[in-house]
Amino acid sequence: MGNKQTIFTPEQLDAYQDCTFFTRKEILRLFYRYRDLAPQLVPLDYSDKPDVMLPYELISSMPELKDNPFRQRIAEVFSEDGEGNMTLDDFLDMFSVLSEMAPRDLKAYYAFKIYDFNNDDYICKSDLEKTVNKLTRHELTPEEVSLVCEKVIEEADLDNDGKLSLEDFQHMILRAPDFLSFSKSDQQRNGEYIHICLT
Amino acid sequence: MKMAMEVEEGSAAESEENDKTGENKTYGDDEGDQKPDPVHRVPRKRPQRIRVGLESDSDEEVSKSRKNRANQKSKEEGGEDGEDEEKGGKKGRGKNDKKNDKKGKKEKANKKKKDKKKSALLAMLLLRTCRLPRQVATDACMDRIVKSLSDCKHWMCEMDTVMHHSITPEKRVTMAIMKVATLTNLCFIGNQFSVDPCTAGMVICEVCQVLQDIIANSLICLHNPRQVIEGCKAMDSLSGSDSDSEEEPITEEELAKLKEEVEEKKKLIATLRNKPWKMKKKLAVLKEAQLFVEKFEGALGKGKGKKFYAYKVMMMKKWLKFQRDFENFKTACIPWEFKIKEIESHFGSSVASYFIFLRWMYGVNMILFGLSFGLVMIPEALMGKPYGTLPRKTVPRAEEANAMNFATLWDFSGFAQYSVLFYGYYDNKRTIGWLKFRMPLSYFLVGVGTIGYSFMVVIRTMAKNAHDDGGGDDTSFNFSWKMFTSWDYLIGNPETADNKFASITTSFKEAIVEEQESRKEENIHLTRFLRVLANFFAFCTLAGSGYLIYFVVRRSQQFALEGMDNLGWWERNEVNMVMSLLGMFCPTLFDVISSLENYHPRIALRWQLGRIFALFLGNLYTFIIALMDDINLKLEEEKIVRYNMTIWEASLYNGTIPENATAPPIQVDPADVPRGPCWETMVGQEFVRLTVSDTVTTYITILIGDFLRAVFVRFFNYCWCWDLEYGFPSYSEFDISGNVLGLIFNQGMIWMGSFYAPCLPAINIFRLHTSMYLQCWAVMCCNVPQERVFKASRSNNFYMAMLLFILFLSTLPVVYTVVSIPPSFDCGPFSGKTRMYEVIGETLEHDFPSWFAKVFGYASNPGLILPFILLMVYVHLGIYYLNATSKSYKEANLELKKKLQMVNILQGEQ
Repeated sequence: MGNKQTIFTPEQLDAYQDCTFFTRKEILRLFYRYRDLAPQLVPLDYSDKPDVMLPYELISSMPELKDNPFRQRIAEVFSEDGEGNMTLDDFLDMFSVLSEMAPRDLKAYYAFKIYDFNNDDYICKSDLEKTVNKLTRHELTPEEVSLVCEKVIEEADLDNDGKLSLEDFQHMILRAPDFLSFSKSDQQRNGEYIHICLT
Repeated sequence: MKMAMEVEEGSAAESEENDKTGENKTYGDDEGDQKPDPVHRVPRKRPQRIRVGLESDSDEEVSKSRKNRANQKSKEEGGEDGEDEEKGGKKGRGKNDKKNDKKGKKEKANKKKKDKKKSALLAMLLLRTCRLPRQVATDACMDRIVKSLSDCKHWMCEMDTVMHHSITPEKRVTMAIMKVATLTNLCFIGNQFSVDPCTAGMVICEVCQVLQDIIANSLICLHNPRQVIEGCKAMDSLSGSDSDSEEEPITEEELAKLKEEVEEKKKLIATLRNKPWKMKKKLAVLKEAQLFVEKFEGALGKGKGKKFYAYKVMMMKKWLKFQRDFENFKTACIPWEFKIKEIESHFGSSVASYFIFLRWMYGVNMILFGLSFGLVMIPEALMGKPYGTLPRKTVPRAEEANAMNFATLWDFSGFAQYSVLFYGYYDNKRTIGWLKFRMPLSYFLVGVGTIGYSFMVVIRTMAKNAHDDGGGDDTSFNFSWKMFTSWDYLIGNPETADNKFASITTSFKEAIVEEQESRKEENIHLTRFLRVLANFFAFCTLAGSGYLIYFVVRRSQQFALEGMDNLGWWERNEVNMVMSLLGMFCPTLFDVISSLENYHPRIALRWQLGRIFALFLGNLYTFIIALMDDINLKLEEEKIVRYNMTIWEASLYNGTIPENATAPPIQVDPADVPRGPCWETMVGQEFVRLTVSDTVTTYITILIGDFLRAVFVRFFNYCWCWDLEYGFPSYSEFDISGNVLGLIFNQGMIWMGSFYAPCLPAINIFRLHTSMYLQCWAVMCCNVPQERVFKASRSNNFYMAMLLFILFLSTLPVVYTVVSIPPSFDCGPFSGKTRMYEVIGETLEHDFPSWFAKVFGYASNPGLILPFILLMVYVHLGIYYLNATSKSYKEANLELKKKLQMVNILQGEQ
């Protein structure tokens, strides 16, 4: 069956299975998807760990990310260089975390990072404004946006420091009814489409 | 996670606090519940006192870290260097001297790097000592911990002078030495900071030196000097060589420790994927842990247990491998994954949830099908008497002419009626075939098992869902949830994305308006009036449909009394058709009615679901009541037939000449034997017909309502006077509520009917299978994404609750018929008994030792036992459900406690 593949050594595949939520087949499928983004760049033999990195433009052209308002943040958070350029490892990492099998805690952690636009480990008001504007495509007036942000901080900021820490965020997001609700119930897996927190 | 490092002294306390709770919460501490450790608690109280002494240092540090903030890359290095300097300054001469001695041979250039690593290691040490969850040991938070270590040292100095410390930091230090001075930790730490073990060993020596200094300078006095000596000894042996520890005889204590370590490693491997690390780090840690486990696992079982232990380990490995393969296999078996994903990306998760539900249903039905097919139909077909040997297995003479006609077969009479598909065909012999298969018992148990399994699986899924649900209070995080969870990350289609953007914007606007002025009261009276009116209409529709069904059923009974033969197709299928048509058109009507009400779509969906539910339920129960009437009629008929039968038999015997008493019974073709009406088969047939006609109408609805409409809109748009695509007919949306309810009620019919028609699960499998493909296709090709894309995810358990309710309702009639109506005398596996459940008593009597049956017989009569068993099953399932939910409540409780603590702390600070 799948024994013919020579892309990874069996040890590598096992290691990847230990480090992600994917099965062997899904890992291979993801590899091919990664490779399809730039067939001329990515070699078909990964057993000696070549140092290949795909630029953000290619990553963001994937159908899973194409329409996502936060695609740039997602790519940045998961890439090693912080600029959205991804190695295969980063790529697998991203899909693993965003897959349905990942636990809520992990998702909440990365969701926090995604919404933390300026990487200061707090979601402050400017981060919130950016989030709202991305979600609504700048269709709210500035007053409305700032009102929404104030409300959010008022609701979720437990220690009253005017910004959301990871802990505040987790406290709030893990209670959300839509956070990861259906996906876990029937144990399905996916190697293809992204599933962060929602719905 | 990186926190207090850059902040000034004042806020350090606060963020310290944050971090601590955060750590406890985040990645579940694998060390169990630890009390907040004193070392960490201290800095919170400390700042004012320490500030004097630390002024220059902290200033320097702050400025440094400000610089660092600008330059992200060098941050860590700089920060830690700063730390180190500070430490160096404070720790006194002795340490530096010794360090220099040690490092004399090393190059100077190496020193800085070493320092950095050392500080990191120190942090690691502290981390382990303080028993923080290791997962938080990211590089980012490391420097903070280093800081707190130095803080701690300051504090210890101070404490020593004040001389009233009640906690025991010295114990921690000793523990640290002990812990660090094992090879395993060395490996781990080395790996943590990606230094090779040898270097790690060197650095660890230094760490130990530092710690020794702390002790030597009598910063703390030890209660138990022996511990220090032991620690030092261990350290010495370590600096001697890294690898010879294996050769030394392992003491009991060490063995236990080693075992613990191995367990820890294993746990680490198992949970590695849950860590928020980069893949590179994960891979490195994994490799290291695997090596470690490999190396030490065999060494654990010394002496006589060794071989066994090695064997156990090997088997464990094999088992793990098998598990993984099995897991891979299992996921490969989940059908339609890609189809559903595709729909998900086009229509959002609410539509996909229907298809996931459909697939789940398919799985459940597979099991039911396996039960009824494997244990009832196949044995009867293979081992039972073949067709034509018994009257019940033969088509009667009167029907023989057109028993093979398609119309007859489509109606499930003729040959279909006298086959394994229906109850009536089964033989009432206690055992069949060479296997002595106990057919009636098996039939009965499969019926009970079907219902029991369904209850179990539904409740289990519900409990699991309840457990998964956040179960939050709905109002407290309104805006936050809107902001952070409203985007549907599954969307991969520009059109859906557009709709989603629009709907998010509207929802924000709505929320703002709601917030600003608590609901405009402009025409509340009109709204109220409209809602009352809408409910009135809905009620009228329900009552009308109920009456229509009642009327039709009555009419069909009339027809039945007059005789079926001269009736057309419509008259015969009137009941089913009317029910299907009602199911088709009433939801649309409700849709129109609900547009009067002007509810939010989610509430509107609830109302819609409720109304359709009431409609279907009404229809179903009218149908059942009509069936009950029918059964009573058949029972009456049966009495007459039985009477006639005796006459017929008598005439048969009279006609021939009884020459001697032992003559064989007269051979009559089984087709000519008069027979009773067999109400069970009739019930089964009704359900099968209903299911089939329901399926057909659903498909026709899809074809006409979706496909033809889409074709019309698409092609006539070129030559029409208004825009068809955006104007009146437009493309249809996928009707989630209607489809889900259709599925649920269909399942209810399966549950009800499968006792009398074992083929029903098979038919249902076929239906679900085809409808999966057909609906997937229809959705992708003819439907448009919903205009207001909203998430229906929470209704998942809502669906399940309805399913459970329907399951309960549909078992009631079955249980009633089994318990209180006598089975037909000449058909089915229970013929000849007065009640169906007697088969259990019969089995007990024949197949169990006699005392057992006696005891059982004394204990109660079976008529009481059956409901009792059912009740017990319900109670057990209820308990199971409560157990599962109580777990989630417990969690909620914990959360509340945490919240309370936090509030207290905050108040304390203010």
